[in-house]
Parts: sequence; C-alpha cells; structure tokens
Amino acid sequence: MLSEMFLKLWNNGILQRGVWETIYMTVLSTAISYVIGLPLGVVLTVTDRGGLHPIPWLNRLLGIFVNFFRSIPFIILMVAMLPVANWIVGTSLGNKAMIVMLVIAASPYIARMVESSVKEVDGGVIEAAQSMGASNFEIVCKVLLPEAKPSLIMGAVISMVTILGYSAMSSTIGGTGLGQIAISYGHQRFNPDIKWICVFLTVLIVQIIQELGTAIAHRSDKRIKE
Amino acid sequence: MIEIRHLNKTYRTADKDIVALEDINLTIRDGEIFGIIGLSGAGKSTLVRCINLLEQPSAGEVIVDGESITALPRKELLKLRRSIGMIFQGFNLLEQRSVLRNVCFPLEIAGVKKKEAKERAMELLSLVGLADRTEAYPSQLSGGQKQRVAIARALATRPKYLLCDEATSALDPTTTRAILELLHEINESLGVTIIVITHEMKVIDQICDRVAVIDHSRIAEEGKVSEVFTNPRSQIARDLIIPRERTVLETEGGKRLRLTFDGETTAGPHIAEMILACQAPVSILQASTKELDGVIYGYTIIELPKDGHQAEKILLWLQNSGIRWKEVE
Repeated sequence: MLSEMFLKLWNNGILQRGVWETIYMTVLSTAISYVIGLPLGVVLTVTDRGGLHPIPWLNRLLGIFVNFFRSIPFIILMVAMLPVANWIVGTSLGNKAMIVMLVIAASPYIARMVESSVKEVDGGVIEAAQSMGASNFEIVCKVLLPEAKPSLIMGAVISMVTILGYSAMSSTIGGTGLGQIAISYGHQRFNPDIKWICVFLTVLIVQIIQELGTAIAHRSDKRIKE
Repeated sequence: MIEIRHLNKTYRTADKDIVALEDINLTIRDGEIFGIIGLSGAGKSTLVRCINLLEQPSAGEVIVDGESITALPRKELLKLRRSIGMIFQGFNLLEQRSVLRNVCFPLEIAGVKKKEAKERAMELLSLVGLADRTEAYPSQLSGGQKQRVAIARALATRPKYLLCDEATSALDPTTTRAILELLHEINESLGVTIIVITHEMKVIDQICDRVAVIDHSRIAEEGKVSEVFTNPRSQIARDLIIPRERTVLETEGGKRLRLTFDGETTAGPHIAEMILACQAPVSILQASTKELDGVIYGYTIIELPKDGHQAEKILLWLQNSGIRWKEVE
C-alpha cells in the first residue's frame, strides 16, 4: 500500500525531480572528476618507477596527496571542504556546492582507478612504440589510453556508482536528490514506503549505469574473439 | 653499417651491480643477415636493445652509418629509431587496433598523411601475405599471422635495419620456417639489413650470413655461419650446435677425433676409404650434416681403436687426406 505522501510527492513532481537531480549530480561530478582524475592517474603511472618517465619525487608527492584525500571518510571531507566550495562556487549550500565536494572526493579515487587500468597495458606494446620513435606523449595518447580503454570504461562505471552513493550522502548537509527525499520525507516523517521507493530507484539507476557501462566496455574491446 | 664498440651495460641495484654486457665489439655490414645466438640470460636481448637505445649502454659506442648514436639528443634519437625497425617474441601488436591501423601506427608517428599511410600499409600487408585480413584484430590472428603484421609494421617507415628479438621463439617449427623465409625474402628484395637474436641454432642455420655467439655477457665467437658451424672454437658454440643431451656414447676406446667436412670434402665415402686403406676399425660416435647456402657441411666424431699402431695409421692417413680434424674429449 502506497501512502498519501507518495501520491503527493509524485503529483508534485518531487520524486521525479529527485531522480533527475541524482542523475545530474552523478554524471556531472563524474565528468568533472575525470577531467582532473584522468591526467592525474596518467601522471601517477608515467612518473612511477619503471614508468615512461620516472620522476620519483613527483610520484611520491602526488601519491601522498591522493592517499590523503582518499583516506578521509566522505562525510567528514564534505564538512571540512565547505569553505572550499564557498570559495570556488560562491556558496556552501545546494547542489553546486555538493558537486564541488563530490569532485574533491572522487578525483583522487578516479586517479587510482585510471592508474590501475593504464598499468595493465602490456609493457611490450609500449616498447614496440618506443622502438618506432614515438615520444612519451604519443605513447600516452596513442598507446596507453586507447589500449586501456575497455578497462577505463569499467573503471568509470565503478567510479560513477561510488559517486552516486556519495551524492546521496551529501543530502545530510544540503544536497538534493533521492537521498534527500529518503531522509526528509521518508525517515523524518515516518513514511517507510518513501524510503524504500528511493532505495529502489537508486538501485535501478545503479543497474542501468552498470549494464550500460559493461555493454559499452565490451563492445569497445577488440580482444574478444569472433 | 652498424658498429658496436666496447659496449658495456651494467644494471645497478641497491646491493650489487649486474653485468649484462661486457666489452662487446661487432660490425654488422649492410645487406647481411647477422645472427646473435646465446642461451637465455647471456645478454643478447640487452645487446639488441642497445642498438636502438631502448637500453642506454653504460659505456661504449653504437655507430650507425658512421654516426655515433649513443649521445644523440632525444629528438634525433626518436627520428633515428624510425630507420631501425624491430619485431619481438611477443609480437607486441596494439590489441585495440585493426591490422591495417597497426601497420599505419609507425607512419602516424612519423607524421605521414593518412591516405598515404593507408596505401603504404596495404602494400606491406600484401608483401607479408595478409592483404585479406586488414580489418581483423590481433586477437583473431594466429601467432604466425601476428608476426607477419609485426613485420609489416616494422617495415612501414622503410627502415634500413630490422632487429628481430627472438621473433620466432613463440612459434611452432613450420611457422618459424615460414617467418624466416619471409625475413630472408625481405632481406633480398628490399635490401634490409637484419639482425636476428635467437637461442636456436636452426634459426641461424636457415637465414644468417654471419653469427656472433654470446655467452656470459661477452662475445665468445664470431664469424661466418659455415665456419662457426664446422669449426666452433668456443665451448658455448659447440654446446649450441650439438645440444649437450646428445653427448656421445660412453666407451672405453681410444682417442676421439672430430672430422669436419665442408663443401669440397663432403662428397665421397671418406670414412669407408679410411677404414679400407688403414685396415683398422673405427667407431662413429656422432655425425651430422647441414646445408648452409647450398653447400653441405658436416662433422663426424669417430673413436680410434685402442691399438696404438692402428690409431697411428689412421692419423697418418687423415693428415694426407685433406680432411680437417681435431682431437676432442
């Protein structure tokens, strides 16, 4: 049995907006996080010992930086980064600020995901490219990233699901979306069905992201035999 | 011409230095197929990587066409590498690129226009016999086909030299033979100088003009393949030619001699003549013949009778026969 609250939320379009806001925040945060995380992950790989261009001190420094942000629980990071959000987007409230938090939390995570994908690329292929006179930049753009593409896409799916989880958490300090609806309409006003509907919708979104991502990764991978 | 002068390579690790190459001197002439043979760990892969500076030598020089490349600025080095193709044991094709785009890859790096690159790639793929697989991906090809693609790719920028690092070691004997034939053809038709790294004597046999035997980081022996084969001076060369597990029978007989035959002396029943002339029996412990460049080379290891008198007779006969021989253990 669905409650009156559900009908109210549905008829006012609040639930639908919640779904949209969750998707919007997740996708936008993932995109911006990749703008930062992808180059960071590549630099982590390239400057590592045995990498294309080892720079131990830089690798160390970036490694510590990434680990620092990754080791702080998101809920604490969020609160701590409120002033940073204020500085960047002029407010520490609402989804704009939440996206800043999500990017700060997700970029280091994505950097590590990218690093592990790129490190899977066979060293022999890199050597072959070197033997043809490819520069390191060309190797990154034409060998490492294209060869790691299926793995990068799978990493992006995992990252996106993680960010979706974070976005729900952000409702505790003013973010909107399904998480906020679950807490304020479901939990605080004693409507368990609203809670469960939000959970169901979140699971549905995760499923769609996962299935779609896996299909894209699979289709882009040329290693599979006919 | 590639000249390697006093080349040394030492890997420094925290607790000790590992010597990979020690005072290597080699000259590889234009147009030849030069083999470098050695057991694994002998340093041959490091040596071939020093030729295009995938490995930076610790000391010594590599001179390509009269120019020392060991101190080239990075940009010049990248350019030089386009004139030295390389193929590998593991093929190292780009798995996410089609066959055609793999062959186009070095041309992209060299800044060749797309259309031109495609034409060149097609030309090479027909040369290696894969004109019908251009849109396939590496995972759909057999090992031999992959190596053919790798060869086409290595030749795309019209290099003067082709380095082959254990290029046939992952292939079965029939495919190995076909790939070696292809390399031989390329050497003859395009005039590409080929440097072959291998641990298999049969590879050297089949296509090389000259060979260097590398052992424990040093060149143990170098020369024409026929000479090294018929008259190996180093223990390692003997081991590579006659694998150790095929060591000769345990007998209690007398002296053992290794007789070698080259083109002129191979024909004719020499051993039978010797036995008839000397009226003395010998045991044949081991024998082998090989064809190198259309000439039959062979060796026989015989054991002389214990009887000193008879043995003397045979030695005397051998001295006058013109057959090369040497006492062995």
